[in-house]
Amino acid sequence: MNSPLPKEPTFTKESLKKQFRLSEFLAEKVISSVAFLSIAIIFLIFIFVFKESLPLFSAAEKVQVQTETQTITGATVETYGSETSTESEPETYGEPAESLEPETYGTPTEELNPVAEESSEPETYGTVTEDLNPDSASEEVVAVDEKVTQNNEGEDRTWSTFFTTEWVPVSDNPRFGLIALLIGTLKVTLIAMLIAGPLAILAAVYTSCFASNRRKEIIKPIIEMLAAFPSVVIGFFAMMVLATFFQDIFGYDSRLNAFIGGVAMALAAIPIIYTISEDALSAVPKTYTEASLALGASKAQTAFSVILPAATPGIFAALLLGVGRVFGETMIALMATGNAALLSANPFESVRTFAATIGSEMAETVFGETHYSVLFFIGSLLFIFSFILNAVAEFYVKGKLIKKFQGK
Amino acid sequence: MRDIKIQVNDLSLYYGEKKALKEISMQIPANKVTALIGPSGCGKSTFLRCINRMNDLIPSVKITGEMLVEGVDIYDKNVDVVNIRKKIGMVFQKSNPFPKSIYENVAYGPRINGLKDKTQLDEIVETSLRQAAIWDEFKDRLDDSALGLSGGQQQRLCIARTLAVSPDIILMDEPASALDPISTSKIEELVHQLKENYTIIIVTHNMQQAARTSDHTAFFYMGELIEMGKTNAIFTKPEKKQTEDYITGRFG
Ligand SMILES: Nc1ncnc2c1ncn2[C@@H]1O[C@H](COP(=O)(O)OP(=O)(O)OP(=O)(O)O)[C@@H](O)[C@H]1O
Ligand SMILES: [Mg+2]
Repeated sequence: MNSPLPKEPTFTKESLKKQFRLSEFLAEKVISSVAFLSIAIIFLIFIFVFKESLPLFSAAEKVQVQTETQTITGATVETYGSETSTESEPETYGEPAESLEPETYGTPTEELNPVAEESSEPETYGTVTEDLNPDSASEEVVAVDEKVTQNNEGEDRTWSTFFTTEWVPVSDNPRFGLIALLIGTLKVTLIAMLIAGPLAILAAVYTSCFASNRRKEIIKPIIEMLAAFPSVVIGFFAMMVLATFFQDIFGYDSRLNAFIGGVAMALAAIPIIYTISEDALSAVPKTYTEASLALGASKAQTAFSVILPAATPGIFAALLLGVGRVFGETMIALMATGNAALLSANPFESVRTFAATIGSEMAETVFGETHYSVLFFIGSLLFIFSFILNAVAEFYVKGKLIKKFQGK
Repeated sequence: MRDIKIQVNDLSLYYGEKKALKEISMQIPANKVTALIGPSGCGKSTFLRCINRMNDLIPSVKITGEMLVEGVDIYDKNVDVVNIRKKIGMVFQKSNPFPKSIYENVAYGPRINGLKDKTQLDEIVETSLRQAAIWDEFKDRLDDSALGLSGGQQQRLCIARTLAVSPDIILMDEPASALDPISTSKIEELVHQLKENYTIIIVTHNMQQAARTSDHTAFFYMGELIEMGKTNAIFTKPEKKQTEDYITGRFG
């Protein structure tokens, strides 16, 4: 009996010499940098959020110097407290509660975008809609006054306007075109997933297949910590830091847009995708790894041709849940996407998502009005969508896993 | 000495503080079957895994001494562990086929070595399956999942998978321990045929199996190599009392 391959002279110092495998080396380096990048982002967020609040502290000191009457240290506490309310402009960041009044919607953007400030009158919902033409603006003024009387007429045409592209819910001719919202939502979701998916999966591959136990114990909790970040904080970070950063790079016009929203939502989706993928990868029996290595496969070959394929159902589920998170994410959408229901293929245009629409408009619709019902209809869509996603994730994965690990 | 394949000199292995192998020295002949026997926990698997450096995967392991394969110390800093494992294949106690088709399982090794040509792959898959004596059983269902096979079939598939990378040495850790007598005898037969081309080291708890399949036998006890010699000699007139006690079933 002959062995299948012609045998080279075996076991010489030459044939066993340590080889430098470039692709292997690069793969490991790329993957590990991705893992560390994810961690860096977390610290970045914290640092920038904290940095923005610094003036609070320095302002307190300044005032202390100016108002020399209050030199006694005992008064410091008081100064501090009172300064907080006057100097820190409470109507701006992180105060979504204020959003009950229409004019506060775009406030974060007003701060950054002087142009938007002009149009930030009560009748314009998404203050940032730069291209909101004067006509429709005045139209809406009327609408606000007459909306109750217009109500009946609007209702008849509600359904027919669903498939149009214009979302002008408050007007004497209200149009509830969901297409722009749908496209906007999909655009943001796609961008977010294109960023979060690869990053999170590579980070998971690194932690479960390459990192030493000690590193794993550090990396995993830190990335998972990102999941605990309130979305307001991520939205704030996107608005203040990412928007400027990417504007410098890409030079787009509207500061807050689908891309920024997508990046911010990727930050929210990464920990979910990462955690579930990592669990799926770690759940792949160690015997597969051993078998592969014993056949002379390298770590990277083992990771990509054995472990990753064996974990696909779990990773697929992770991605679906990530999509669900992005789809329903409201606060980040509200803060970072620009909130203008524009229909465009350009990722650097402002968009408005389903969730953000509900979040921003629900407060000032009139109970029982068409607008009100439409918002609830959108809510139902979101619910059905996430229900389907979760169900598919659950059943697909269970079915696949059973097939995979038990033979069919 | 052409017919000595592996020369072990004072090899000790620690799991953290615990010394699991104590100054093992032995010679393993080429193209023969060497059986490792001994009571549970005496370090047989540990020793076997030293030979293809699988113990590298356990962070706490520390190894001293030499493991010379054809005169090359495989623990040398300049030796590539991946290359070592290509030449020293391993079959595990619990069969562990990948969750892929039968064909893909066998083709995996050649593929990671960069072989893409379909006809060549087909050829290797067929030869390997033939060598493992399962070609006739499997030839019509190469695309079936390997996980749907019986334990014995899976184990022989794992052997075929190992043969497909054409190693020089094959390590087997109780390859038949989970199998029925028929599958076991098939595997023993296989081992017997394979020794023409390969050096085989097999761990077993089954004395008859050791006696039937092996040319040489090494008896381990509490991390030490007590005795090694021709299987015949070990089983008929062992030099050490412990060996005799173990073989005759008086302890272990
Ligand atoms: N990963 C490990 N970490 C720490 N100690 C270990 C590890 N693997 C094995 N040991 C210890 O090393 C000793 C030898 O184990 P080994 O698995 O080599 O025994 P064995 O002879 O193969 O036993 P069996 O016949 O039951 O398979 C045992 O005492 C075991 O507890
Ligand atoms: Mg063992």
